[in-house]
Amino acid sequence: MCLGIPGQIVEITNPEHKLAMVNVGGVKRQINIACIVDEQHPPEKCIGDWVLVHVGFAMNRINEQEAAETLQLLQEIAQAYT
Amino acid sequence: MKYVDEFRNPEKAQALQKEIEKLSQQIDKHLKIMEVCGGHTHSIFKYGIEEILPDNIELIHGPGCPVCVMPKGRIDDAIALCQNPNIIFTTFGDAMRVPGSKTSLLQAKAQGADIRMVYSPLDSLKIAKENPNKEIVFFGLGFETTAPSTAFTILQAAAENITNFSLFSNHVLVIPALQALLDNPDLELDGFVGPGHVSMVIGTDPYEFISQQYHKPIVISGFEPLDIFQSIWMLLKQIVENRCQVENQYNRLVEPTGNKNALAAMNQVFAIREKFEWRGLGEIPNSGFKIREEYAQFDAEVKFTIPNLKVPDHKACQCGEILKGVLKPWECKVFGTACTPETPIGTCMVSSEGACAAYYKYGRLSTMAKKAEKKAKVPVPLG
Repeated sequence: MCLGIPGQIVEITNPEHKLAMVNVGGVKRQINIACIVDEQHPPEKCIGDWVLVHVGFAMNRINEQEAAETLQLLQEIAQAYT
Repeated sequence: MKYVDEFRNPEKAQALQKEIEKLSQQIDKHLKIMEVCGGHTHSIFKYGIEEILPDNIELIHGPGCPVCVMPKGRIDDAIALCQNPNIIFTTFGDAMRVPGSKTSLLQAKAQGADIRMVYSPLDSLKIAKENPNKEIVFFGLGFETTAPSTAFTILQAAAENITNFSLFSNHVLVIPALQALLDNPDLELDGFVGPGHVSMVIGTDPYEFISQQYHKPIVISGFEPLDIFQSIWMLLKQIVENRCQVENQYNRLVEPTGNKNALAAMNQVFAIREKFEWRGLGEIPNSGFKIREEYAQFDAEVKFTIPNLKVPDHKACQCGEILKGVLKPWECKVFGTACTPETPIGTCMVSSEGACAAYYKYGRLSTMAKKAEKKAKVPVPLG
């Protein structure tokens, strides 16, 4: 039920209603970006952002640095076994 | 796909498995770890994670599947709404096959009720605009992951003055359910794999009581196999080092204070119900969302007469014990015989996130039963 899938915002389709086009694995769909828009992130600055899409909403921005650090840690663990 | 494929790397998974094996050898007891979220349950079965964990680690599949904890009475209430010829009832697909006392929404649709599956609650507003002479009622269900989307939908309906839309709210909260589980004397747990997407909304701070009051470790986890392996590894490290903390494995999406916009929308639209009934767990105080009076025009429970039925579960169904982790699915009397995904008696067999449906679909019963047998030193019937 709480499924989410990563997608990248490729276009702002309606800034007033906070609607954007997201690309999820090659499939494009309009979603609502109200959860991820604030003064530092107005809609036009969200293009290119990776977000988690759930029931037609971008629920949160994916933190690229945190993802890279997690993978780096796992890589270090894996290296001990290769 | 970015942010998915990297977290399914077999070499890294094998390394984590070996690390988990090493840590488990330092623990001189049988460990019970609960994955709260149905999404985790589904991933654990899909990737066969439970099978390759050491024998002294048992995963308990918790109540974090909104479909599985939906009481029969609320489904009957929804079906009663659908009988009104002026209502177009919209719902997520997850709820369609949940058995009420007589029928499911799917059967009600087959019998002529206008029930439409939507991908997003916002789709209900589109249907409302296209059908100005009909009342559109959306069946809102789900935890705090989904509740913001229905809150934003109500706010948009208010902004656009869409008067023929309302919400039948069945949204539930994770924290009171965890509290109820921790207070249950039948249940002995050594730690939690915490729900990733709920925490993306509420943050990690609300879980502090688990470590501080109940002295249990919890690791908030993502949903890919490496996420779950890493979370179990982090939990074992806590247990070995005698720590009880709230740790966040899913920090690429989860922040300590959650998502402020989502929380603000929920708080603006929803108030906490005094109590809400959960299938298998009974009534839990402060565990559901109702619509605030300011938005009563969008509340289906105010707008329409709802029977508000209380329906006991089927006598043979043991979903309650399974949701609490007291019983394993294959120990239920009707598992796989009278109760299957095609003809579910209980909700744990309906949703792909339910423990029974996962065991039924992915099998591996013999492996799991052998593990249970090793633990209990008594034969486990497979029938």
